[in-house]
Amino acid sequence: METSMEASRSSAPRLISSDRPRLVLSDEERDAILEEISHYENPRAASIEALKIVQKHRGWVPDEAILPIAELLGIPGSDVEGVATFYSQIFRQPVGRHVIRLCDSMTCYINGHETFLDVIKRELGIAPGQTTPDKRFTLIPVCCLGNCDKGPAFMVDEDTYGQVEANDLMRVLEAYE
Amino acid sequence: MTQRTRPLASFGTANRSPRARETHPLTWRLNDDGAPVWLEDYRRKDGYQAAKRALTEMTPEEVCEEVKDAGLKGRGGAGFSAGTKWSLTAKGDGIPRGYLLCNADEMEPNTYKDRLLMEQQPHQLLEGMIIAGYANHSFKGIVFLRGEYVDAARNLKRAVVEAREAGLLGENILGSGFDFDIHVHTGAGRYICGEETALINSLEGKRANPRAKPPFPGQAGAWGKPTVINNVETLSSVSSIIANGVDWYHGLCRPGSEDHGTKMMGFAGKVNQPGVWELPLGITVREILEDYAGGMRSGCTLKAWQPGGAGTGFLLPEHLDAQMCSNGIGKVGTRMGTGLALAVDDSINMVSLLRNMEQFFARESCGWCTPCRDGLPWSVKLLKALEAGEGQPGDIEMLLELTRKLGPGKTFCAHAPGAIEPLGSAIKYFREEFEAGIAQPVHAATAAVGDAG
Ligand SMILES: Cc1cc2nc3c(=O)[nH]c(=O)nc-3n(C[C@H](O)[C@H](O)[C@H](O)COP(=O)(O)O)c2cc1C
Ligand code: SF4
Ligand code: FES
Repeated sequence: METSMEASRSSAPRLISSDRPRLVLSDEERDAILEEISHYENPRAASIEALKIVQKHRGWVPDEAILPIAELLGIPGSDVEGVATFYSQIFRQPVGRHVIRLCDSMTCYINGHETFLDVIKRELGIAPGQTTPDKRFTLIPVCCLGNCDKGPAFMVDEDTYGQVEANDLMRVLEAYE
Repeated sequence: MTQRTRPLASFGTANRSPRARETHPLTWRLNDDGAPVWLEDYRRKDGYQAAKRALTEMTPEEVCEEVKDAGLKGRGGAGFSAGTKWSLTAKGDGIPRGYLLCNADEMEPNTYKDRLLMEQQPHQLLEGMIIAGYANHSFKGIVFLRGEYVDAARNLKRAVVEAREAGLLGENILGSGFDFDIHVHTGAGRYICGEETALINSLEGKRANPRAKPPFPGQAGAWGKPTVINNVETLSSVSSIIANGVDWYHGLCRPGSEDHGTKMMGFAGKVNQPGVWELPLGITVREILEDYAGGMRSGCTLKAWQPGGAGTGFLLPEHLDAQMCSNGIGKVGTRMGTGLALAVDDSINMVSLLRNMEQFFARESCGWCTPCRDGLPWSVKLLKALEAGEGQPGDIEMLLELTRKLGPGKTFCAHAPGAIEPLGSAIKYFREEFEAGIAQPVHAATAAVGDAG
């Protein structure tokens, strides 16, 4: 029994055990999280914002960030992990320098979202969920961006685009080094 | 580098008519170039007069009654009376003052109205929230905004600062003794956050699984306090009712409509001028399509349309004379939903479209209850097979069975019923497209070849 438990532990490290490596949040990250906490009745409410803050500084949320965030909020690491895995805009793997969010909802589908996918596949060699080898772009699908009258709609980082023809897509992306 | 949204040409000429303030309460203040209506501009155009009237001349109960009598229905998709919701909120001695939440999670496919209202008229929303907060004895308003709406977040935050500096938020607003402040909270994705109880969980920093009702949020919502949740457009409609009164509001809609007032409506898909306009409830869908959206693009024929979002049923061109209001769309067998219609043209295969839609709903299921978590991926599997021409006899019947097993009352929240509503209607009206996806048995195929030879 002992040995099999040992074996299963070493082959499947538990993500949030207290002895796993952890990173140290920067002062800037800590301050931003504490500021967020002040807006709510309960510090837990800042958990999503805390993950977003870490993501803003590091590009994504590494496993090692979960416990320090949990300690700052005063809640169990498993709860932070639960939140971090629920929300689609929290990235749990490294992403490229720029994130392309391409709307795949029905109106953009009708307006040619798949043509956009083809262009990106052909020019950048990536499908949804993938990152270019030079780490420049990551492509992720996103729900309706509220630009259905101008679709296919997409975002590059924080910029929203509509009324772009498939032929012009690469020209738009060129601006993101 | 941001390519800005087309500056509202789509709001049409009506809102420039001299009577626009009476006929287009939601949009008459908009600037032609799409620039946000900031505080000074908003006040010059009668802004915050309604809040002043409500806070200094009316009791909270009177505000609730006025909004109830006006017949303002929720614009977030379900269409529940706003005034009734407010009058059911727990308030009184010994009950803590609670929250007024604005549902700004707009992620319903083909819904693009709240975005404009927030980006360009943030103060109209804040004024509605102040009035609603007063009517509900709330101490704090929170806008739950989807994370991707960066421009809306920036403009709302700036408007909150402007309003605070002008004494329109904070303590003792306009000398009325009412204290109320507003916070803008941004989310991190997932469509289910728009479901009102999932929204509360998300706001509290939890996974966005819906909560059991009762207790309803009006009794015990955010952090256990009485909580009212309304859509952006609902709250944006409130100030005009307080300013102009119930009779005026009743006079806005078309005869035959049981819903009152105006609503943001639109048409997208392969129409000539896709857009969103403020229109009277009860206008016919044909008018929206032809007079506002400019009809179908040349070479495209209308095959089917959906009245208001992915969770509403498909209808046919023969239904275009239906009135856009809950009773009008109800009469032809589905729901108005968000009131922004989608035109499906004849180049689109319904099986492929439904595959796209059910993939969305399956991905966005919160996974809490079995019919939804397992049923939606199953429908995707069947639709993919039909799309590839590899469907088996019985697949369509299985899809129909899923529409029953995921129907209203069978799941924990309205996500699953919304997900299968379009599927049932698509099979009803376009069954032959689904049947075409069933693989021909080998002998039948051979027989066909034999006959041909
Ligand atoms: C899966 C699901 C998603 C929803 N998404 C939204 C949304 O994004 N915005 C919204 O206002 N209402 C949404 N709703 C409806 C809300 O639950 C709720 O009815 C609404 O916010 C109430 O406001 P109203 O009465 O002013 O319409 C959604 C409902 C469900 C079941
Ligand atoms: S119906 Fe779907 S989205 Fe709603 S609670 Fe059940 S699993 Fe979650
Ligand atoms: S469906 Fe793509 S922006 Fe709405």
